[in-house]
Amino acid sequence: MDSVFLIKSLIILGIFALSLGIAAYETYFERVIAAFIQDRVGPDRAGPFGLLQPLADAGKLFFKEDFIPTLADKWLFILGPSLAMLTALMTSAVIPFGDSILYDGHEILVQGIEVNIGILWVFGVVSLGVYGILIGGWASNNKYSLYGAIRAASQNISYELAMGLSIIAVLMMSGSLSLRTIVEEQHGMNWNVFYQPLGFIIFLTCSFAECNRTPFDLPESENELVAGYHTEYGSMKLGLFLFSEYVNMFISSAVIATLFFGGFNYPGMDWVYSALTSKMGEVTGHNLATLVGTLVFFGKIAFFIFVYMWVRWTLPRFRYDQLMDLGWKGLIPLAVVNMIITAAAELSNQPLLVNWIGLGVFIALLYAGSALMKSKKTSV
Amino acid sequence: METLETIKNLTMTQWSFYAVSVLTLFGALGTILSKNPIHSVIYLIMTFFSLSAHYVLLNAQFLAAVNIVVYAGAIMVLFLFVVMFLNIKDEAPELDNNKIVIGASIVGGTIGVILVAAIRLTESQKIDPSTYQIKTGFIETLGQLLYSKYLLPFELVSVLFLIAMSGAVMLGRKEKGERNF
Amino acid sequence: MISNLPQDFSPILVQFLLALGFVIFTIIITHVLGPRLKSKQKEDPFECGIESEGDARTPLSVRYFLIAILFVLFDVEIIFMYPWAVNFKSLGWFGFIEMLTFVAFLMAGFYYIVKKGVLDWERD
Repeated sequence: MDSVFLIKSLIILGIFALSLGIAAYETYFERVIAAFIQDRVGPDRAGPFGLLQPLADAGKLFFKEDFIPTLADKWLFILGPSLAMLTALMTSAVIPFGDSILYDGHEILVQGIEVNIGILWVFGVVSLGVYGILIGGWASNNKYSLYGAIRAASQNISYELAMGLSIIAVLMMSGSLSLRTIVEEQHGMNWNVFYQPLGFIIFLTCSFAECNRTPFDLPESENELVAGYHTEYGSMKLGLFLFSEYVNMFISSAVIATLFFGGFNYPGMDWVYSALTSKMGEVTGHNLATLVGTLVFFGKIAFFIFVYMWVRWTLPRFRYDQLMDLGWKGLIPLAVVNMIITAAAELSNQPLLVNWIGLGVFIALLYAGSALMKSKKTSV
Repeated sequence: METLETIKNLTMTQWSFYAVSVLTLFGALGTILSKNPIHSVIYLIMTFFSLSAHYVLLNAQFLAAVNIVVYAGAIMVLFLFVVMFLNIKDEAPELDNNKIVIGASIVGGTIGVILVAAIRLTESQKIDPSTYQIKTGFIETLGQLLYSKYLLPFELVSVLFLIAMSGAVMLGRKEKGERNF
Repeated sequence: MISNLPQDFSPILVQFLLALGFVIFTIIITHVLGPRLKSKQKEDPFECGIESEGDARTPLSVRYFLIAILFVLFDVEIIFMYPWAVNFKSLGWFGFIEMLTFVAFLMAGFYYIVKKGVLDWERD
């Protein structure tokens, strides 16, 4: 038991260090990708190819003045960014990063905790992310901060609803809340995205809004709110707010890859597994196959992180009423429709076929409806 | 010396139970004792978290998750909205503190006595650990019950939500001349 | 490895302590390393260069509260759907009809909210 717990702790430590490291290098790659899209040079001074840039940024933030405004509520001002970071770092516990490690006759899962409530844990911790922003914005005693905080909170809670509804459609297919079961259901190339294209799009949009990323970065829209909820923040307290955004981006990419893109599954995994176990022996082969799966998973995560950045430098920002309209009047009804289509498809014997037919019928109805509305308007 | 012996002989479960209980009581006391309403809300969130830990100790995992999602994640956000943006500190009338303390302790004490009496009177079922179903508190069992035996209450809940929604809309109508942005 | 018992959750303590340690470490280190220069002007609330006027914590539009109340209601309804989704295959078509009724009530409330203009942000 003790050595198993030790290895588990090491796995958690590894995932923890990786999520911090990846979050740090996301800032670098964001600038590189921005530079590429806008045809600029980008960071190239700190180290070869500017690779030490994140370290330099962190060092700069550490040596800035630790500033607390006189009118601010001191403890809440410190608690805000701490909570934001804490909630961002707790989500990764339930995500299965790989299959399992065989050690000393024990099978140890590459995952923080494997529990019956997996996806609800993610959902719960994400819903707590609001507190960091809300408390930080209120404690600053600044109008911009307050307005940014209330906007961020309203945005987050609105998009959480559509997110929860789109998860339900995935749960119907797997019949379990455990993320590991959801991943194992998608063995090989049997990924959920083929059954749930609409659900995937809804979930992706909601995760953009949950991470406060462009095109939904209203809480910190600098041309109207200075810097939103972190206007009064400086030094590493500001750093924690910014850093938690990048950690959240990593985690939500991992959740998207887990729910819709098969997690650590990849086509031809059975062949790789049998080849490795026959060549390297049962234990080493199994562990190596796990490693390959984990690397594939990180590849998928990297792809989604790239999508985040690609969208950021491509789409303009929404207006606030457009954002709320999209969340409430657009995504929630769509998610309900997706749920009903999935339910009907799963109960018929041909889930893949019925899903796509249902989606096609829905789009046709939508198109016909809008055409009808248009012709009515022109006749009046 | 005897107490020391019992402390030494505590099992892991008992240790975690006592640790979580201390946290729960600390959060609950902080909620009622802190002067700033925002601090109260944060203590209350902490209390809900430790209650969730209690549910986990009882192996009611779904209930623990729902407690976090609904109470800590949704209802407390609403509380925080209301407390933060209604500016209670200006409008709170001067209250006589002593009278409140006396009244509250009488009410609280009475409820406490009633609770203790009621709990002593109920016959708790003894559960045999060897035959106990581990998955009793899990979502699968809960769903099976909710959608077969308790179907009618479940459908009535949706009617209740409908009423609550219309109530919220009625309450939230804006009056003319209010200043806000 | 999976025992379905509370001890499955014990590794979460390790992660929580790590996260807490990281946050506390960062806050303390940045407090120690940074310089401290006090000035009245600097510590006033930032308002783009002009004198700050009035209390920063002004009342906000009631729409935000309505969004929060509706969020609580919808969130609870969504939580009710989770046990259904997990037991979906064993409940079959009967469960489908059950949930259709539930969702019909939900969408009726939703339609009422939209009709009442609670979600129209461009209208004051």
